[in-house]
Amino acid sequence: MQILLVDDEKELVSTLAERLGYRGIDAHWAVTPNDAIAMLSNQSYDIAVLDVQMPEMNGFELKEKMEAICPELKFIFMTGHGSEECYYEGCSQTGEAFYLVKPVEIDSLIEKLNQVMLDGGIC
Amino acid sequence: MAQETKNTEKKAEGTGPSTKLLIGEFLNYKRIWLLSFVLTAAFAIIPVIFFAVLDYNLTRQALENDAEARAARLASNTWRSISFFLDERKNALSYVVRSNSLAQLEDTQQLTKTLNFLHQSFGGFTDIGIIDATGVQSAYAGPHGLAGKNYKDQQWFKDTMDHGISVSDVFLGFRNVPHISIALRHTAPDNSYFIIRATIEHQLPKIISEVKTSGNGDAFLINARGVLQTPSHHFGNVLEKANIALPPATDQTRTMSMTLEDGEDLIAAFRHIPDTPFILVVLKSKQVIMSPWQDSQATVIKYLGISISVVLLWIGAVTAYFVRRLKYLDLKRSKYFHMAEYENKMASIGRLAAGVAHEINNPLAIINEKAGLIKDLAHFKQELKNEPRLLETVDIILASVKRCSRITRQLLSFGRQTQTTPVPLTLKSVLDEVLVFLVKEAQLKNIFVDIDVPDTLPHVVGNRGKLQQVLLNIVNNAFAAMPRDGRLSISAQETDESTGKPFVRLDISDSGCGISPENLKHIFEPFFSTKTNQGGTGLGLSITYGLVQEIGGRIKVKSKVNEGTTFIVYLPTTTQKEE
Repeated sequence: MQILLVDDEKELVSTLAERLGYRGIDAHWAVTPNDAIAMLSNQSYDIAVLDVQMPEMNGFELKEKMEAICPELKFIFMTGHGSEECYYEGCSQTGEAFYLVKPVEIDSLIEKLNQVMLDGGIC
Repeated sequence: MAQETKNTEKKAEGTGPSTKLLIGEFLNYKRIWLLSFVLTAAFAIIPVIFFAVLDYNLTRQALENDAEARAARLASNTWRSISFFLDERKNALSYVVRSNSLAQLEDTQQLTKTLNFLHQSFGGFTDIGIIDATGVQSAYAGPHGLAGKNYKDQQWFKDTMDHGISVSDVFLGFRNVPHISIALRHTAPDNSYFIIRATIEHQLPKIISEVKTSGNGDAFLINARGVLQTPSHHFGNVLEKANIALPPATDQTRTMSMTLEDGEDLIAAFRHIPDTPFILVVLKSKQVIMSPWQDSQATVIKYLGISISVVLLWIGAVTAYFVRRLKYLDLKRSKYFHMAEYENKMASIGRLAAGVAHEINNPLAIINEKAGLIKDLAHFKQELKNEPRLLETVDIILASVKRCSRITRQLLSFGRQTQTTPVPLTLKSVLDEVLVFLVKEAQLKNIFVDIDVPDTLPHVVGNRGKLQQVLLNIVNNAFAAMPRDGRLSISAQETDESTGKPFVRLDISDSGCGISPENLKHIFEPFFSTKTNQGGTGLGLSITYGLVQEIGGRIKVKSKVNEGTTFIVYLPTTTQKEE
């Protein structure tokens, strides 16, 4: 299972990737959407875990772009979920099950990852 | 039980100027009423009083003029009678001197005959004398034997020589009876002249008494020196000096007002009788003349008083009605103003809470991952396994992160207030969101919170933010009513007891100080507060009431002093909207 983590907090994604690595999940990370799109052309991923609020573009816009490059990719969103609009938008796009509120527990993240792999995610 | 929530108290401090302004406006309603009452009453009553006073003065003026005219007329009539009396005597003397030669007149016997003739014809003639141009009385007929007396230096002689006629002041003559004398100058055909002078009994009082006026009226003769020539009702007997201000002598009748020493007001008419020292005075009592006017004035004042009272009552009632209306509208406007402000404030707090929660969540996530990594390292690397305290510490960090994230999640859901459409809500979750803010205070005050809200309860329909405010206000009130060691019970159940429709009934009971029955009647009224001196605005529960109404529910309150208060909130529920 190839995972791409995208979050503007480098410490968060790097640590998360390392921890997923300990659990046998191959996770790469990017801190900007552009990096993430670049990485997508180098390698194929099964699931992208996206932060909703990022400086350059939000997670939903990034998802559109990534889907255009790689239609097979599946998504999970993570957010500090500051605003209600954000929350409802996220839920309507992903279904509440694939929408995680920070701080995320690693076990529930892995559970969601497995679920997405089995169910085929939202796409 | 307190009628305020803490929120509204703080709010009163925060919105200082506007709240004070509004309260200031409320305090002035009495003054507004008084001002409008006084102004309107003044505008209504001033013309009425003006015309009443005008009428009063005009009527008095007319009556006074009338009274003066009557006095003057009386004076003129009396004057004619007196003049006629005197002219008669003068003409008689004139006849005597014309019909007799000087020689005949100087014959004492002939003169005595003439005197008797005059006395019989006219009455009152006492004596008669002939005085020549040098002032010597050349002939005399009468009881005194004054023949040969020289009158050259007497005033009456000079007056007669100058004016041709003179009538004397009244004097006491024969037998102490008042007399007057008439002297007439006669020019003979040879251009020599002499004077005929007769003394007559004073008959003028009789003439005047015939015209004496009714009531307090008075009529008398007086000379220029103020000596009474006939008796006066007010000023004394004949020949007494009267203290009376006389107008200068003219040929016209003059009237004036005067006040006696005893304070009686009089109208006086004066008429000088020509060729005599006499001034006729006619007095009429003002009070008697004016009495019909005073009677009519009493009636006018009575009706004026009645109409003014009616006008004042009417204006008072109308202005009171409008000021009450104004107050009511002000209260309503102010209530909505406060509600809007309050909702604004709650929305701001919500946004702030959500923003803070979001900002904290990101670093919290990093702490979470880093601590998780340490745990992972300890798990996967052998050398760290020998440090049991390491794992223990990391677990505590992770537990703390969990605690933090629980708080931020509650803050976030508290902040979710922008939704305006009613949505199905789980009562228990809303209650939990509210109580998280109050747990600390409950611990500090040693208040036991007992919650009995079954999970099987249907969803209530409403706005999350509004429901949060309702619960927060009521629970805050309950806390305020319990200084220490209380018990707060919150229970909920499904009911259709009052309307037949399904409702969730929420009971929030405290063991606080309770509310007196008279305060209980006003508890949901805006600006009703027992804590105004502590900065309460009296809006907390009125806002709560308004919010419950907006949600479509109802709120009731029961209370017993010193036992506690129960707020009962009925919240609408709908089975159709259930998930």
